[in-house]
Amino acid sequence: MNVEISLALCLVFILLIPLAIAGLSLINVGLGPSRSAAHFMTSSLCVVAVSLLIYFAFGGAVSQGLYSTPLMALTEPKSPLQPSGIFFHAMPWATVAALPALLMLASVAICSVIPLGAAGVRWRASSASLSTVLLAGFVFPIFFRLIATQYLASGFPRLPGTLDAGGSGFINVTGGLTALSITWLLGPRHGKYSLSGIPAAIPAHNAVYVLFGCMLTWVGWLGLNSAGAMLYAGSGAENSALVIINTTLSAAAAALAAAAVTRIRYRRPDASLIANGWMAGLVASSAGCATFKPTIAIIVGLVAGTLVVFSAEWFELRLRVDDPCGSVSVHAVCGLWGLLAVGIFAGIPGQFMAQIVGIATLLGFIFPMTYGLNWLLNKFSPYRVSPDGERQGLDLHELGADAYPEFVIHSDEFLQR
Amino acid sequence: MKLGGFLLLLSGWGIVVAAFSVLHGGAVSGFILAGFGVEIIGLALILRAHLPASEDNG
Repeated sequence: MNVEISLALCLVFILLIPLAIAGLSLINVGLGPSRSAAHFMTSSLCVVAVSLLIYFAFGGAVSQGLYSTPLMALTEPKSPLQPSGIFFHAMPWATVAALPALLMLASVAICSVIPLGAAGVRWRASSASLSTVLLAGFVFPIFFRLIATQYLASGFPRLPGTLDAGGSGFINVTGGLTALSITWLLGPRHGKYSLSGIPAAIPAHNAVYVLFGCMLTWVGWLGLNSAGAMLYAGSGAENSALVIINTTLSAAAAALAAAAVTRIRYRRPDASLIANGWMAGLVASSAGCATFKPTIAIIVGLVAGTLVVFSAEWFELRLRVDDPCGSVSVHAVCGLWGLLAVGIFAGIPGQFMAQIVGIATLLGFIFPMTYGLNWLLNKFSPYRVSPDGERQGLDLHELGADAYPEFVIHSDEFLQR
Repeated sequence: MKLGGFLLLLSGWGIVVAAFSVLHGGAVSGFILAGFGVEIIGLALILRAHLPASEDNG
């Protein structure tokens, strides 16, 4: 396939990615309470805006790897890693090098929305925006520089680089571990756990939003994985059909696995966990979307869909992590599984160890860093809203208006009496 | 316990990086897995450390 068609296809794929952000936001809104729906959406828009501006201002300079991509090697000699500079001032916008920059901006925006799902309902919008400065300016770009541009492996040629085409690691696990850190710092929602530690079921306020969000995210993820495969994994445009099939089959298998597991465990399929299963399949497919065979993608999806149900239950019941949207299970746990699956199924010599290095960097370096930075920020600017604000709902407390002003607002039926 | 867990995470990562930058041959894989094992222990410590905090907030 000629270069112009490849570039055009890649651009189209990148333009689909905002649908994933919209879908994720819609899932978070649907799984949260109606009293915080407008706040959820406003916070999503704010953190996306902050992440884009911060990544443009200095996050891109931290990650630096924007110049050296397989796609660029098609059109000009491969250059060594060069800094794009703050405000992308050294970026040659009229060349193919601008495409990775676009993809990075879209990726960091997805990453920034992930923590909101776990920490929403009790996280102030201003604190969420400040925390996103740390995520988009340091955590995300540093991991991207270490692993996705194979910086760690480039000095050590005995080891192949960690393969993460669509961002199972650098988008999802980074966002998921940040979500876990913030959830721990915030503590559970008021009334989530009784004094004896029994969790209360707080149902989703709009399952239709959640399931429609899954559909939107699917389309966005097709763009994310296809563009990521071309720009980060050196996959040709002719391989896009395989990437799209792998992504779709993995999500389908994961959703059905989650439906089957919840049917067996709870006697009926659970809509929110099926949605989480769908998302888990998308997340797990990302790392190896360009290298898996379709049958392997189905196996990866089946494991992800099963894993997300048990993981969500384990975090809620055993560890008492109050994660309303299952963000930690979907993005962190299934993202790690996606990275590991590449090592198991890719069939590339030495790849398993390379994937372990990627996972070890996420757990051993990125997790302490994101926890430490958020812990420090929480000391200066407390993340949690006041108990009154939480009881009232963040729409009224922080925005002064409800998302559904003409509807009857229900009482505190889910709060402990 | 939480701080110890995070220190173990960082130490484990240090072992992993040192393994493939300093060592050669079969020892690399062994030390990478050892470093990863140290991280798992660190993670377990952090998870345990957060349990009582959750109970207090309930």
